[in-house]
Amino acid sequence: MRALQFTARAFVCTLAALPLAAPAQDLLIRNATVHTVTERGTLERADVLVRNGRIAAVGTNLATAGVTVVDANGRPLTPGLFGGITALGVVEVSQEPTTVDNDPHAAEAGKVAAEPRPEFDVTLAFNPDSAVIGVNRVEGVTYAMVTPGAASGAEVISGQGAIARLDGRADAVVGPSRTLFANLDAGVSRAGQFMLLEQAAREAKPATPMRDSDFRLLTPTGREVLARYLSGGRIAFSVDRATDIRQVLAFSQKQGARPVVVGGAQAWQVAGLLAQAKVPVVLDPLVDLPDSFDQIGATLQNAARLHRAGVRIAFTNLNDGTHNARKVRQAAGVAVANGLPWDAALAALTANPAEIFGLGTEYGRIAPGYVADLVLWSGDPLEVTTVAQQVWIDGRAQSMRSRQTELRDRYRPGAR
Amino acid sequence: MKIARSLLLTLAAWAAGAQAAPDPFTSTYQPVAATPTLIRNATVLDGTGRRLDGADVLMRDGKIVAVGTALATDGATVVDAQGRWVTPGLIDVHSHLGVYASPGVTAHQDGNEMTDPVTAGVWAEHGVWPQDPGFYTALAGGVTTLQVLPGSANLIGGRGVTLRNVAGTTMQEMKFPGAPHGLKMACGENPKRVYGGKGRSPSTRMGNVAGYRQAFADAQDYRRQWDKYERERTAYEAQQDEGKGRKKKGDGDAKPPTQPKRDLRLETLVGAMNGEIQVHIHCYRADEMAVMLDFAREFGFKVAAFHHGVEAYKISDRLAKEGVCGALWADWWGFKMEAYDAIWENIAFVDAPADSCAIVHSDSAEGIQRLNQEAAKAMSRGQQAGLAIPPERAIRWLTSNAARALGIADKVGTLEPGKLADVVIWSRDPFSVYALAERVYVDGALRYDRGAPAAQPESDFLLGQPAGGAL
Repeated sequence: MRALQFTARAFVCTLAALPLAAPAQDLLIRNATVHTVTERGTLERADVLVRNGRIAAVGTNLATAGVTVVDANGRPLTPGLFGGITALGVVEVSQEPTTVDNDPHAAEAGKVAAEPRPEFDVTLAFNPDSAVIGVNRVEGVTYAMVTPGAASGAEVISGQGAIARLDGRADAVVGPSRTLFANLDAGVSRAGQFMLLEQAAREAKPATPMRDSDFRLLTPTGREVLARYLSGGRIAFSVDRATDIRQVLAFSQKQGARPVVVGGAQAWQVAGLLAQAKVPVVLDPLVDLPDSFDQIGATLQNAARLHRAGVRIAFTNLNDGTHNARKVRQAAGVAVANGLPWDAALAALTANPAEIFGLGTEYGRIAPGYVADLVLWSGDPLEVTTVAQQVWIDGRAQSMRSRQTELRDRYRPGAR
Repeated sequence: MKIARSLLLTLAAWAAGAQAAPDPFTSTYQPVAATPTLIRNATVLDGTGRRLDGADVLMRDGKIVAVGTALATDGATVVDAQGRWVTPGLIDVHSHLGVYASPGVTAHQDGNEMTDPVTAGVWAEHGVWPQDPGFYTALAGGVTTLQVLPGSANLIGGRGVTLRNVAGTTMQEMKFPGAPHGLKMACGENPKRVYGGKGRSPSTRMGNVAGYRQAFADAQDYRRQWDKYERERTAYEAQQDEGKGRKKKGDGDAKPPTQPKRDLRLETLVGAMNGEIQVHIHCYRADEMAVMLDFAREFGFKVAAFHHGVEAYKISDRLAKEGVCGALWADWWGFKMEAYDAIWENIAFVDAPADSCAIVHSDSAEGIQRLNQEAAKAMSRGQQAGLAIPPERAIRWLTSNAARALGIADKVGTLEPGKLADVVIWSRDPFSVYALAERVYVDGALRYDRGAPAAQPESDFLLGQPAGGAL
C-alpha cells in the first residue's frame, strides 16, 4: 500500500517536470524480478537499463549515471501486455453508433452487408485519446490489435487492422502489423463464405485480365488491397470449427497468404496440423461452452493442448475484448490453472502476439534493442489480485490515472 | 360444489395477500442421500464474516452440524483438507442459464418475452432447459444455487426462479424448495430501445417510469377487487349459514358475489407488493436507482437488489440505509452509455457502509464459473483504495449476501449449524486465479469431484458429440 502511494506520488512529480512531448526517457529499473520472455527466462534481482526508449541492457549492477532510477524492490517486471483483438480507439460506447467506427458498412447503409471490402482500413479512425484506452493502459496493456468489424463482423472480409500503441501518440499504428481480417462464423453458409473468398481472390489475382462484363465482387481498390495480402500478407480468420480451420489452411496455402486463427475453440483438435503449418492461434482461454455448434468440444485446456503441440498461441478476450481488454491477464491465469505452463501464458500475452503480428524483433520481450514497453506489478502478473503499479511505454512513465480512477477518487467512501 | 368453494376460498385468500400463492409447478427436488462427512483441517470462511484456520466442518443428513477445531469423527467419512480452503456453496443471484442456453441457437432464445413491455405473467422457470451445459460448468466453479431471471428487454420481465445447481431432467427437480420467486424489472436503455424501436411506449426513460407505475396502479386496483370480493363472499357465506337455521322463504335468492377474473400479470405484481416475491431491478445509473426507490415506496414494496448497478457506488450510503443489495460485476463496462461510469471499486464501495449488502453476480455463463475470481478482483481493488476487506468479509458477497437478496438466508449462504450443507472445498485460497473448486457438496452430497472426471455430471446435449472436453 505504502509502496503504491509512493509510486503514485513519484509519478505526479515526474509529470510536472516533463513537458507533454517529452523525449523517450533514459531509465534504470533496479532490483526487479525480470520476466524477460527470452531464453534467459526470469532473472531475480536484476536491473533493466533503458536508453532512448529502448532497452539497452538487462543484468545486475548496471551503471546508473544520468538516468532516472526506479527501485522495484524485487517486484515482477514484464514486457507491456498485448490487449488482444480489440476495437480500442475505434469504439467508445458499443451501443452508440456515433462512437462506433469499426463497421465497414456503416457508411454504406442499404448495401449488401456481405460485400467484402478489404480496402476498409479501420486504423484511419483510431482515436488515441479514447477513455477506453486509458482504462486499459493502467492495467498494463501497452498495445493492441485495432480490428475492423470486431466481434460483430458478418462480412467474409471485414477489412484491415493493425496494432496500435496505447500511450496517446497520434502516430500510434505500427505498420508491419497490418493484417486483413476475415470471418468464417456460423450463421451464414460456410460454403457460401468460401465461395465468396475464392471469388474475391480470383478477382484480386485474375489469371487473365478481367473484362467489364465479368462479375465483380470487389471494387478496384479492394482488388489491389486483397492482392497485396494474398502475396505473403497476413490474414486473420475468425474461425472456431476444426474442419473450417482445415479449409482456412488449404485456402491460405493455395493463395500464398499467412493465416492467423482467431477464436479457434476447436483448434486443439487440429493442433498437429496447425503446428506443422506454423499457423498461430489467438484464443480466449475462458471459452469452454459451446456458444454455437462450431464450439462443441470447447475446453479450458485449449491453450495448454495447443502449446503442448507446438502451436504459437496468443490471448484475447472474445467476450468484451475492447472495454475489458485488460481481462486477458485473468484469462492467462485461468489457462495456467488448466495446465498451461506459467511462462507460456506470459509469452501468450507478450512475445507471441508480437511475433504473430510481425513485431517480434522489437516488442514483447525484455532484451537489448527491444522497445521499452514495461510493466511493474504488485505481485504475480497473472494473479487477479495483482495490479500494475507502473507502466512505461518507450521508456516513458505513463500516467497511472484513468477516467475510472478519477471517478473512484471522487466517490471514495468518506471523500464526499 | 364443496370443492369448488374451497378452491374459491383459497384463490380469494391468496389474491388478497393473506397467504402466498400456491405454486402449481411444485419443486420435486430430492437431496441425494449422503453419508456424514467431516472435512478436516481446512481454512474455513464460513460466510458470516468469520475465518477459522485449521478447522473442521461436519455435515450430516444434508445439514451443517458443526464448524470448529478437532471435531469428533463420530463415524463420518473424513476428507483431509490440509492446505485447502472451505466456503459455503456459491450463489449467483443473476443468471440466464437454461433460458439463454448453450448452444446459443435461435431455438434457445427463451429469456425475453419481447412482445410487451409488461410481461409480469411469464415465469423464467417455464423457459429453463435443464440440459444447458452451463449449469455443469457453473457447478465446477462452486455454484450450488442460482436465480434464473428473465432478461431485461421489458420493464417488467416476469418471475425469476431459484434453482439448486444439480443435474435434473426437469426444471422442477432443480427448483429450490421453499425459495420465493423473484420479479425481474429493468431500468434504462434496454426497454426503451426495444419498444421505442417498435414505435411504441416506452421510448424514453419517462415512458419507462410511467410504464412501471401504471402496471402497479393496475395491480393495486386488482388487489382491491379481490379484497372486495373476499369481503362480499364472507358476508354471503355468513348470510347463507344464518339462513340454514331459519329456513325463511326467500333466503335462497341472495346471489354469491362474482369472482374477479384471474390476471397472471397482476397476480405477480400483487405478490411483489405483498412481499411474497423478491423484487430484482436491472438498473445501471445512480439517478435511476433513486427514482426506482421512490417508485417502490409509492407502491409499498421493497427492492431486494439492484442488478448490474454500475453506478451503485455513487449512492452506496442510501442503498445500505434502505437495506437494498447491489448485485454487481467486478469489471464489465462500457457497452452502453449507462455502463460508462464503471469503477473497479464498485463492489467494495457498496460494501463499505454499515449494514450494506454487496453481491457479486454474473449475468454470464462464463462469469458464473468464476465468481470467486470476480470477488477477488473487487476485493483487491477495494484494498488498494484503502478499505479493509479480508477474504472472510469478501466471501459474503457470493454467499450470505446473495442468499439474503433471494430470500433464502435462513437456508443457505453460511456454514452455520442447521443450514443446508452446501460446501465447496477449494484447492487453495479461492481469491486467486489459480484456485479450483475440488469438491462441491449440495445438501451434504458430493455433486462434483474434480479428481473423478468419470463421475462428473454431464449434460445430455454433450453426450455422443464428436469432441468431449476430456482428453
